[in-house]
Amino acid sequence: MPRLLLLIPAFNEAAIIGEVLDGLPRQIHGMGKIDVVVIDDGSQDNTFEIAKRKKVKVFRHSLNLGLGAVLGTGFEYAVNTGYDFVITVDADGQHQPDDVVNIAKSLLTEKSDIVIGSRSLSKKNMPLVRRLVNFLSNTLTFLLFNVWTTDSQSGLRGFTKAALKKLKIRSQRMEVSSEIFKEIGRLHLTFVEVPITAIYTDYSLTKGQPISNAPNVFWKLLLQRFA
Amino acid sequence: MLIQIFFSLFLLFALSRVILQVKSAKISPGGFLFWSALFIFALVGVIEPKLTSYIANFLGIGRGADVVLYTSIALLFYLIFRLSIALEETRREITKLVRKITLDDKSQVKSSRSRG
Repeated sequence: MPRLLLLIPAFNEAAIIGEVLDGLPRQIHGMGKIDVVVIDDGSQDNTFEIAKRKKVKVFRHSLNLGLGAVLGTGFEYAVNTGYDFVITVDADGQHQPDDVVNIAKSLLTEKSDIVIGSRSLSKKNMPLVRRLVNFLSNTLTFLLFNVWTTDSQSGLRGFTKAALKKLKIRSQRMEVSSEIFKEIGRLHLTFVEVPITAIYTDYSLTKGQPISNAPNVFWKLLLQRFA
Repeated sequence: MLIQIFFSLFLLFALSRVILQVKSAKISPGGFLFWSALFIFALVGVIEPKLTSYIANFLGIGRGADVVLYTSIALLFYLIFRLSIALEETRREITKLVRKITLDDKSQVKSSRSRG
């Protein structure tokens, strides 16, 4: 039976990480053992301590490096440990356990290298500003890397072992979301999109990518594309 | 002119720093050549401003001062670009180091597994 790793990148999520970890599915039909790993990106609150109290593996970066660096660490751990699939789940409570199950099922049945949980396909709950940021990000990702997706910024994604072995993540921060699509194009990987319904709370909205970060992300992606 | 003396002294100072940096192996031979050529060219332009006018006429720009201005702006943009790339590279190296320390730290895994 294939082994699945649920990878949770976390930074200052003490308020909700315990609840998120408790809600994760521990059994999925067709999957073997499911493990959870939390990568704490140098949180200043007690995210690390709370996660350690749960039945999960926890790593902590000694410095706050950013989402891209956290995913890189998680992917390296998954490849070294021999997991067959990895699903990344946000630590802010935005993702529903049922959607995690759907991503896992899609990994088992679709035979694609990567499965993207797309908030745009379900068109539920997504605030207007988020839709706008997402549309602009999708367009930018397409213009730079020639890969079209309906949700380039989704944090709920599934990866096969074969895909993880090929991916070369260079991004340090939020630009990693678009870089994954750059890698999909560069490596000719296949991907499917599965509709997901994100839970937007006041808390999760403060945790998302602010529109003011767009110029920085744009510059980093330009460097990646042309440097 | 006074401005020529000030600029010449500054450029000679900059040139001396480049020589010191290469002596202490803080810049590469390529970097030494680039910065030396840049400061020597600027020094010649300050001492003999007509030279920049010749280049301006050759390029069809009009004034020697404009050649210096345009070249400086282009060079500054290029250097900022190079600096951004070098900064990204440094960040990546730091990330690799932190990642290695994180994943090699057995105490973190042992501690969390013991609760599982």
